[in-house]
Amino acid sequence: MINKNKEVTVIIGGGHAAGTLLTALLQKKYPHKVVMVSEELHPPYQRPPLSKNYLAGEVDKASLYLKPPSIYEKAGQELQLGVRVEKINRDDKSLILSDQSTLKYDQLVLATGSHVRRLNVRGSDLKGIHYLHGIEDTDALRRELVPGKRLVIVGGGYIGLEVAASATKQGVKVTVLEAAERLMQRVTGPEISEFLYAKHTSAGVDVRLGAAVIGFESDDQGCVNGVTLADGGKVSADIVLVSIGVIPETALAENAGLLCDDGVVVDEFTRTDDPDILAIGDCTRHHNLFFDKRQRLESVANAVEQARTAAATLMSEEKPYDSPPWFWSNQYDVRLQMVGLSQNHDQRVLRGSILDKEFAVFYLCLGHVIAVDAVNFPVAFMVGKQLVKLRKSVSAEVLSNPNIELKSLI
Amino acid sequence: MGKIIFIEHDSTEHVTQFDEGATLMQIAVDNAVPGIDGDCGGECACGTCHMIVSDEWFEKTGKVGDAEEQMLSMTPERARTSRLGCQVQTTKAMDGMTVQLPEFQM
Ligand SMILES: Cc1cc2nc3c(=O)[nH]c(=O)nc-3n(C[C@H](O)[C@H](O)[C@H](O)COP(=O)(O)OP(=O)(O)OC[C@H]3O[C@@H](n4cnc5c(N)ncnc54)[C@H](O)[C@@H]3O)c2cc1C
Ligand code: FES
Repeated sequence: MINKNKEVTVIIGGGHAAGTLLTALLQKKYPHKVVMVSEELHPPYQRPPLSKNYLAGEVDKASLYLKPPSIYEKAGQELQLGVRVEKINRDDKSLILSDQSTLKYDQLVLATGSHVRRLNVRGSDLKGIHYLHGIEDTDALRRELVPGKRLVIVGGGYIGLEVAASATKQGVKVTVLEAAERLMQRVTGPEISEFLYAKHTSAGVDVRLGAAVIGFESDDQGCVNGVTLADGGKVSADIVLVSIGVIPETALAENAGLLCDDGVVVDEFTRTDDPDILAIGDCTRHHNLFFDKRQRLESVANAVEQARTAAATLMSEEKPYDSPPWFWSNQYDVRLQMVGLSQNHDQRVLRGSILDKEFAVFYLCLGHVIAVDAVNFPVAFMVGKQLVKLRKSVSAEVLSNPNIELKSLI
Repeated sequence: MGKIIFIEHDSTEHVTQFDEGATLMQIAVDNAVPGIDGDCGGECACGTCHMIVSDEWFEKTGKVGDAEEQMLSMTPERARTSRLGCQVQTTKAMDGMTVQLPEFQM
């Protein structure tokens, strides 16, 4: 029962952002009642292992949970799982839930995340076509990854590539179809793309670039057994994984008339245009102080930073979100760590040895370090994080000179 | 089952129960110990699980790995007995261990 004397803060969504917010609020001893409503059946959990060690069967389900569920209970936080919020009524500050009940809120936090982008081509609803977003998706995919089977992955982004690495290790025959001219094109430069291409190819993955999928073929049971490409080519398949990005989950916010622009628009304090509603994580497009523009990010770092910012805002502390984005990915023995956004660079500097699988690419714009991608080179990542944060200008000669210690640059 | 004691920078103590096999980061996170975020979930990728093991227990925590060493070398609060909590798997021998938390994480 909700205590009538207290205000009620409702969090919609139960992902990484929501879970981090719950923890931040309990650590700050937030005085109000907190209720989280999530359509998933699990307490908040981390998704990165879903394409990494959980897919490989190296960790169990419980280890995915951000916290043991009892923690929330002990702190008096209420988790309503398996319940969807259908509508936000801003007039009387209430929510309509999928179990037909109504929930009043004083403050509302949208943490609705994102959903996978679907590929709408001929045959896209055949059996055997997978997407990866939640625990159940990984469970379903893992069951089918049997040695000798042919897995075709549509999309050469980091999730597709992580699955390719994991499935190959398990003896599955993997083909990756990427429509662009290089892997992970959206987030990294050509050096990393080419390095990963070589890595996957030498592990036995058939990587095809410039390969646009226009349809799926079916056997007489209605199961997918092949993929058709725009150039007329065909690839046989027993299993297909489509991994072509995500779309922010903004329907609730849009229907409630909140300002949205490919993401719920929030400021650096995670506030929407309604003073009683905050939004955090993948579902937002935030005013990024660091880049001084509106930015949408899909990463754990963004979800947790915004969650902590929201906790501060709810506690009436002014603590803006102002840190450069960062990200990681594991494929085979490759540990990739990335910081900043490299899109607008005008110069790239290589440090270390690609051959030895230990190197970093520094991305410069007008002489400033704006991003770093590090392969098995944590020091370069950590130094890069500082350089990007401080908007340092460092010359290419210095960055590439192995006789100058990276640590001396900060 | 055993006990690990986490001591925050401001001396607040958190006495936690653990099952051997869990990492120090996981134990701290499961008990909502402030100051240990573990943002990357234990992938040795974020550096938000830095801890300083008390001298007499350090040996028992095993070897510092190469990636871990590189990450640790970048923290200003690095001490001789620093570890990334996610890289330390607990054993029975760690029952009663005390671990100091730094003022800031990386
Ligand atoms: C396979 C995979 C691997 C990844 N690997 C990495 C990685 O290595 N590094 C990294 O930084 N990031 C990674 N990510 C991205 C990262 O997981 C996301 O950025 C992060 O989960 C975003 O958190 P969120 O809470 O904003 O959204 P989500 O985690 O998507 O959570 C949103 C939640 O809201 C619920 N919800 C939505 N609408 C409603 C509603 N109306 N009512 C009730 N509940 C609702 C959803 O069911 C979901 O539980 C990965 C993602 C995936 C899928
Ligand atoms: S949890 Fe990220 S480095 Fe330990």
